[in-house]
Amino acid sequence: MSIHIHHLTKIYGRQQAVNNISFSVREGEIVGFLGPNGAGKSTTMKIATGYLPPTSGEVIVAGFDVTARPMEAKKNTGYLPEHNPLYLDMYVHEYLAFSGRIFGFTGNGLRQRITEMIDLCGLNGEQNKKIESLSKGYRQRVGLAQALIHDPKVLILDEPTSGLDPNQITEIRKLIKSISLNKTVIFSTHIMQEVQALCDRVIVIHQGEIVADDRLENILRRKSGTIVIVVEFEGGVTALDLKAISEVDKIEELSGYKFRITGRPGVDLRPEILRFSSERRVSLLGFTQETSSLESIFKELTSVTAVEDQSVAP
Amino acid sequence: MIRIFQKEFNNFLNSLIAYMVIGVFLTAIGLLTWVFPETSVLDNGYANLDTLFSMGPYVFIFLIPAITMKSFAEEKKLGTLELLLTKPLTDWQIIMGKFLASFALVLVALAPTWMYYFSVWQLGSPSGNIDTPGVIGSYLGLTLLGGVFCSIGILASSLTTNQIVAFILAAFFCFILYSGFDSLSSLMSSGSQALQVKQLGIVYHYEAMSKGLVDSRDVIYFFSLIGLVILCTKTVLGSRQWH
Repeated sequence: MSIHIHHLTKIYGRQQAVNNISFSVREGEIVGFLGPNGAGKSTTMKIATGYLPPTSGEVIVAGFDVTARPMEAKKNTGYLPEHNPLYLDMYVHEYLAFSGRIFGFTGNGLRQRITEMIDLCGLNGEQNKKIESLSKGYRQRVGLAQALIHDPKVLILDEPTSGLDPNQITEIRKLIKSISLNKTVIFSTHIMQEVQALCDRVIVIHQGEIVADDRLENILRRKSGTIVIVVEFEGGVTALDLKAISEVDKIEELSGYKFRITGRPGVDLRPEILRFSSERRVSLLGFTQETSSLESIFKELTSVTAVEDQSVAP
Repeated sequence: MIRIFQKEFNNFLNSLIAYMVIGVFLTAIGLLTWVFPETSVLDNGYANLDTLFSMGPYVFIFLIPAITMKSFAEEKKLGTLELLLTKPLTDWQIIMGKFLASFALVLVALAPTWMYYFSVWQLGSPSGNIDTPGVIGSYLGLTLLGGVFCSIGILASSLTTNQIVAFILAAFFCFILYSGFDSLSSLMSSGSQALQVKQLGIVYHYEAMSKGLVDSRDVIYFFSLIGLVILCTKTVLGSRQWH
């Protein structure tokens, strides 16, 4: 096990940030750490990197207990904190050299590592620029490059794609995917699609507790969420007519002949609605899926009641 | 530690800080020592460097906090301290790296004033008539005083994320420690009590050293003061680990 978290609890003053969570991550696995803001994702990561001490419980990274043998654990960890702090007045090359030297690289070995990181993270054109002159996407690459410079076994990334534009998000995801082959990666996010794009296992955390820890498709199967569809007809349709469609849960009249239709959990209403329009011979003007099942599952898992359900279940 | 030292010192050199500090220090001290008639060596009549050593600490009170104010405050504000603390570095390595980098910059600023010694040596009548042991003792005192001010500056910087607050705190504590106790002792009625208070301040030990008599008690005073303040910084930095 590359990361092993055992009954971890963290209390800030009187506020419980992380409540007795346990999970393990194998080598070569990418795990998405999902949860709303303030769920305890960053706190867990800060404890795993040795920045904060746990109130109770233990964290073992690459075989080393983070509190008992912090130096060894830190040598095997690459960390990209939230908001990606960087020394803005340093040059990219200089910053990577500084990061590399901390891990004991010198001379040719250091130069080689820096060249590798610059190639890997696509910083070739930027390596002689000051960090402050880089765009957010490139800064994120510099942050990743410094986290990877010592070829760590464990990579901990706190919201690596937040604040980036869609193209940059795709590039950073690609980068994470390409470096994760023989490493253990945990990354946090509050975007469900990100998990889908990057990894097969997801840990959902809410109010300091783990509410789901499984492969993504298993979660999708178990808790297939509700799908909300917005349709607009040309005319002659009332909410009552639509109510006749089986498996419809809720109908909301928006304006004119525009409706927001919520299906029963796990049901995709789209074929039914198409059939309805062809049977009634009314034209469809608009047809959009408002929330995907992923988002609704996320909502379901991280609503207050979900936590209560979980705490009763075991 | 050497990595942090290099990073900090390069940062001084790459930004304007180093040149500002050295330039301002040498200009201020140069004007006071050679140009301004009230304090000028040339009008003094004696071949000594008293001006340099009596005004030096006051220039340091303003300059050293300016050097050290960003050391922790800026890193805390940017969040880079979190990154630094999750690298395989101990708190001691980070603190000592930063302290020694600031101290090294102070030494670089102080180094060119050796020329003053040779100038005054030439000006003496007969030439060479200068209290050399006194000058050496004074330099040692000024160096150690710079060390104390650097450690105070680093501590002040570790207490806040605001560089201006760090500067003001550091300048205030440097001033209190330098001449505050000395002034306080003059309020005391009993002589022995006054002496005890006076001995807490830096001036007492600094003046003793500038007589050319390097007493181990004075040296120990400076070193223990630096050690104590750095220990406080370590405690502040380590406080994140408290439960």
